[in-house]
Amino acid sequence: MSLRVLGVAAFLALDLIGGTASAVALSDAAGRYAISSSGSSIRFAIGKIGGGGLNGAFGQFKGTIRIDGGDIARSKVDITIYPDSVGTGQSRIDAFLKSDAVFDVANSSQIVFRSTSVQRTGENSAVVTGQLTARGHTSSEKFAVELQGMKGGQIRFHVSGKVLRSRYQMDVGTPIYSNIVAFDMQFTGRRG
Amino acid sequence: MLRNTTTRYGWAAIILHWLIGLVFIGQFALGWTMVRIASQRTSFELIQLHKSFGFLLLGLVLIRIGWRLASFSPELPEEVGPVERRAAPAVHLALYAAQLVVPLSGWALVSVSVLEIPSMPFSLFVMPHLPFQVSEQAENFWIFGHKWLAYAAIALVVLHILAAFRHHFWLRDVVLVRMISPFFAGRARGPE
Repeated sequence: MSLRVLGVAAFLALDLIGGTASAVALSDAAGRYAISSSGSSIRFAIGKIGGGGLNGAFGQFKGTIRIDGGDIARSKVDITIYPDSVGTGQSRIDAFLKSDAVFDVANSSQIVFRSTSVQRTGENSAVVTGQLTARGHTSSEKFAVELQGMKGGQIRFHVSGKVLRSRYQMDVGTPIYSNIVAFDMQFTGRRG
Repeated sequence: MLRNTTTRYGWAAIILHWLIGLVFIGQFALGWTMVRIASQRTSFELIQLHKSFGFLLLGLVLIRIGWRLASFSPELPEEVGPVERRAAPAVHLALYAAQLVVPLSGWALVSVSVLEIPSMPFSLFVMPHLPFQVSEQAENFWIFGHKWLAYAAIALVVLHILAAFRHHFWLRDVVLVRMISPFFAGRARGPE
């Protein structure tokens, strides 16, 4: 799954230029950053009728962020998630999620997000729109991105968004379980 | 014609009898299938359907028991022998107990499951879990109990059906036909 978030870069640059961070030039933020599972996390939650819900995370994913120093809106984010790495703390639920009921990892081993546009929404925030592809279905999704810092060639940002399972033929269990999956992601990108 | 008399069943008892019988046998077939089907998605959906019909069955059985307690029970035909006359009430009691205990054990099973999946009969409302302790051990206990109670119950149903056929085809009395319509109750079916 690829997330082309650009905003991150943009924010970085803008934020830095604005003087809220240590002296980092825009040229320092511009560039390509690699995202790995190490230092990053992709968590999700699905509400359950009557309260509570299902919480889980993906253990393996990768991605890249390319920050365009000249035009933030042209920045890109690609993220690929491996659904076979899903974990909820309950092995029976994990097996169910990996089965044909949800991710169908036997036939669809990746979930991919590729950004198509980035729109700045604040001093250090943006909305990244892109194409999310899972189980052979592609739909446009939006994620809110918040730049959290940059240091030593690394950038950190928090990403959140809500995705409808039904768009990807993963709506098993509705309405007992909500059709909405709330994502809470923390990404650390390393320049290079 | 709605209520029972000492010689015939009324429509209420007749409809409840056949409706419960149909749902009970259908539930057995559904339960057997849902745990053997390869598709996890279909299995999940069939399990939710099994739960829905289980609660429907429980409701119908409670109505039937109330109706039985509040009305007459037709007497057996005079030609029924003494052994069967004594055995019939015990078998009927066992059948009533089975109708009650099997769905209750299913309710207990979903209540103690570590998966904590809510029950939502026919997607209409949330049926609360029974106040039992959730644990892997309790879940395994009720899986075993529900399964073998269902097998025992279906054995009783088969016995009940065979006995009804014996009355109809061998003894040629009204025991079966009076459970089809109140209008058949008074017709003697002696040898032609």
